[in-house]
Amino acid sequence: MNLQTGYGTRSDCERYADQIHTLAGDLPDRTFHLMEVCGSHTMSIARHGLKALLPDKIKLLSGPGCPVCVTDEGYIDNAIRLARTEGVILTTFGDLMKVPGTQTALERVRSEGADVRVVYSPLDALEIAQEHPDRRVVFAAVGFETTAPGIAATVIQARDEGATNFLILPAHKLVPPALRALLDDPACRVDGFLCPGHVSTIIGSNAYEPVVTDYAIPSIVAGFEPTDILEAIPMLLRQIQTRQPRVETQYHRVVKPEGNRKALETMYAVYEPIDAVWRGIGPIPKSGLKVRETYAAHDAYAVFGISDAPFFKEGPCRCGDVLKGIIGPRECSIFGTACTPRTPLGPCMVSSEGSCAAEYKYGTGGEA
Amino acid sequence: MCLAVPARVVEITDEQSCRVDVGGSTLKINRVLLEDVEVGDVVLVHAGFAIEKYDPDTAAEVLDLLTGQ
Ligand code: SF4
Repeated sequence: MNLQTGYGTRSDCERYADQIHTLAGDLPDRTFHLMEVCGSHTMSIARHGLKALLPDKIKLLSGPGCPVCVTDEGYIDNAIRLARTEGVILTTFGDLMKVPGTQTALERVRSEGADVRVVYSPLDALEIAQEHPDRRVVFAAVGFETTAPGIAATVIQARDEGATNFLILPAHKLVPPALRALLDDPACRVDGFLCPGHVSTIIGSNAYEPVVTDYAIPSIVAGFEPTDILEAIPMLLRQIQTRQPRVETQYHRVVKPEGNRKALETMYAVYEPIDAVWRGIGPIPKSGLKVRETYAAHDAYAVFGISDAPFFKEGPCRCGDVLKGIIGPRECSIFGTACTPRTPLGPCMVSSEGSCAAEYKYGTGGEA
Repeated sequence: MCLAVPARVVEITDEQSCRVDVGGSTLKINRVLLEDVEVGDVVLVHAGFAIEKYDPDTAAEVLDLLTGQ
């Protein structure tokens, strides 16, 4: 049995769906918007057609839960510039390859002859650096809190092993500050959050407490199986109904209140928080990570003397509004016509976890 | 991109690593982000790192699913 689809049973799903319908029936007569902030949630909801199980008044929105979708054009441009630099091998997770910068994408640059290599783990990039001591190997370090600790551990290992040719170009994003930014937007219509399960494995459910206290927003840390998501929704609705917003965890299997302390220590040994630009959304205070001074020898920004020029492109792409849950993918005028997964005009269509790509592939339920 | 999969630890190879079984194939992963890892633990693997151990109460259930029992 495949765990990714096999956890829980059909009867569990039906039971939770019944609970959702009953609870929704007792709620005031309006639409309630629940936002998931995790690409894996987006995919699971789309793949299993979960939206079809919900009553009309309960809508699921996809927030900025895909770190690739929120990676700024200026950052992609820098990664491309480094990939084209003599003596550099640019390594990256596959997800980033197709994401357009202001001019082109890493995939195109590779086909033009630049040495761009897709890796599964930052440790693979370090290995490449150790195999090529005469080249500088730059790892394009994207990812949320789930991914940053492993990359930090790799930097520490590179330092310990004297791999001075291993550099990272970080564009990490942190989830709790993004939730704050979403709720600060006057157009926000989110009634509750499904918080990302694997980010929470690292940061712990306690990390959401300040946001929940400040904004009185119901929040459930949820897993990724259909039954996980369907179990989390009634938990959210109960909080909405009783007007008792708090942080609850559905995904107990791997999420503790305090998170993974060792992973957090590792992450903050190498990184410190900085303001970061989220593509389509804009700058969010203390929502990114930069390499600390002590590890500057492994920081591509410091070594190559570059900085990201944040770039806001005026254009038809409405990814920003999609990511904020203000519109659904189908409400973008070029969804499925000019913009498709083969001809993506925005990052939400590029990443397979993007809301627009998920909506294009699995259909239905695209209106917010 | 936060995709992570459960895996059972089958061997502690060195200070930093262990071997895990993921649906029948074994894989060497890094374990420096966890305090202590023992053979038999079920861990969550993301981008080559064990990032958390499953709560022992649910690990058995997760493991049954992993091994198809
Ligand atoms: S359909 Fe394409 S252009 Fe429209 S918001 Fe989505 S990614 Fe952007």
